[in-house]
Amino acid sequence: MSIFEYNGSAVVAMVGKNCFAIASDRRLGVQLQTVATDFQRVFKIHDKLYIGLSGLATDAQTLYQRLVFRHKLYQLREERDMKPQTFASLVSALLYEKRFGPYFCQPVIAGLGEDNEPFICTMDCIGAKELAKDFVVSGTASESLYGACESMYKPNMEPEELFETISQALQSSVDRDCLSGWGGFVLLVTPTEVKECVIKGRMD
Amino acid sequence: MECVIGVVGRDFAVVAADTSAVQSILVHKTDEDKVMVLDSHKLMGASGEPGDRVQFTEFIQKNLHLYQFRNNIPLSTAATANFTRGELATALRKNPYYVNVLLAGYDSDVGASLYYIDYIATFHKIEKGAFGYGSYFCLSLMDKLYRPDMSVEEAVDLVDKCIKEIRLRLVVAPQNFIIKIVDKEGAREYARRAYTDSPPEAATSEAATVAA
Repeated sequence: MSIFEYNGSAVVAMVGKNCFAIASDRRLGVQLQTVATDFQRVFKIHDKLYIGLSGLATDAQTLYQRLVFRHKLYQLREERDMKPQTFASLVSALLYEKRFGPYFCQPVIAGLGEDNEPFICTMDCIGAKELAKDFVVSGTASESLYGACESMYKPNMEPEELFETISQALQSSVDRDCLSGWGGFVLLVTPTEVKECVIKGRMD
Repeated sequence: MECVIGVVGRDFAVVAADTSAVQSILVHKTDEDKVMVLDSHKLMGASGEPGDRVQFTEFIQKNLHLYQFRNNIPLSTAATANFTRGELATALRKNPYYVNVLLAGYDSDVGASLYYIDYIATFHKIEKGAFGYGSYFCLSLMDKLYRPDMSVEEAVDLVDKCIKEIRLRLVVAPQNFIIKIVDKEGAREYARRAYTDSPPEAATSEAATVAA
């Protein structure tokens, strides 16, 4: 069994019209045993930039702490927040630094850049960026997430519809995956507001 | 085999563990205390490689003391948990400590709390948790019977039910257990559960109450 599947996870991000949404499941497991159902995999970097870290939970936490540290240093030096593209390069560099002993995480980065242009991207565990215009997925439920997103996604959705779409895509995907699910966490970011939501799901 | 259990109640936390020191098929002793009192208001229940367990829990304990001497203020439970995780995480990619930790503590501002930290440094704040072979029985039992507003007696009763289930169903069940609690009065030993000669009650009347 792969170390990426040790804790179980599902992370997805989608782009709408001047907005984006990022969602994850809430399970923390140790292989087939569920330890907790309120685990957080999506983290805030600043008001318009979020990162979801699928894969090994301990590395997700370590990586998040290092990223927050680096972003704070950047804020002090530059007196501004990082652009999503810049941040993606930072994550990529941090991951590639550990090329031969990697963090076992697959990040999903989502943010609003200049002129509130949405940006989403994913990476493998050694920092190879993969940019997308529509949606990105990662985690043990990634195969089913691809299927769900592929059939549910439409370009230029308004925030309300985007929220519904990403929630349904996440929910239907994790129900086909034994290692993720147990509720979901959805973040909807528009230029003016951020909506955080815990969604209920099957608890089996 | 090793069992560590933790529960948070209304304004206290309970940590229980077996007291067997086992190596391969041999039981060396049955009064090994695996729940360390870190400072006046913190408990650390640990399982794993015996050498690592003793070394690591002592290391955390002494560092807490050092912090308290230097700053005249104890580290909060959350801070201790994060420190513990940090140590395990840095060790993880050098030479890892094989120790799983349940950290319980009481702070005057946030009340009682319990943290799950495993040997690969996965960190999570929980209400109830368990490590080892015992966890296969205890987690389901606690899911069924746990309530966040439990009194000390109710929580210890829940732990007793877990111990009973372990003794009944686990082939390699340890003989004795220790139960410690932490609340605003401090961290202390609450009780020990020694194995009595009569075999654990078969799953008849008790199982019916659990099911109901």
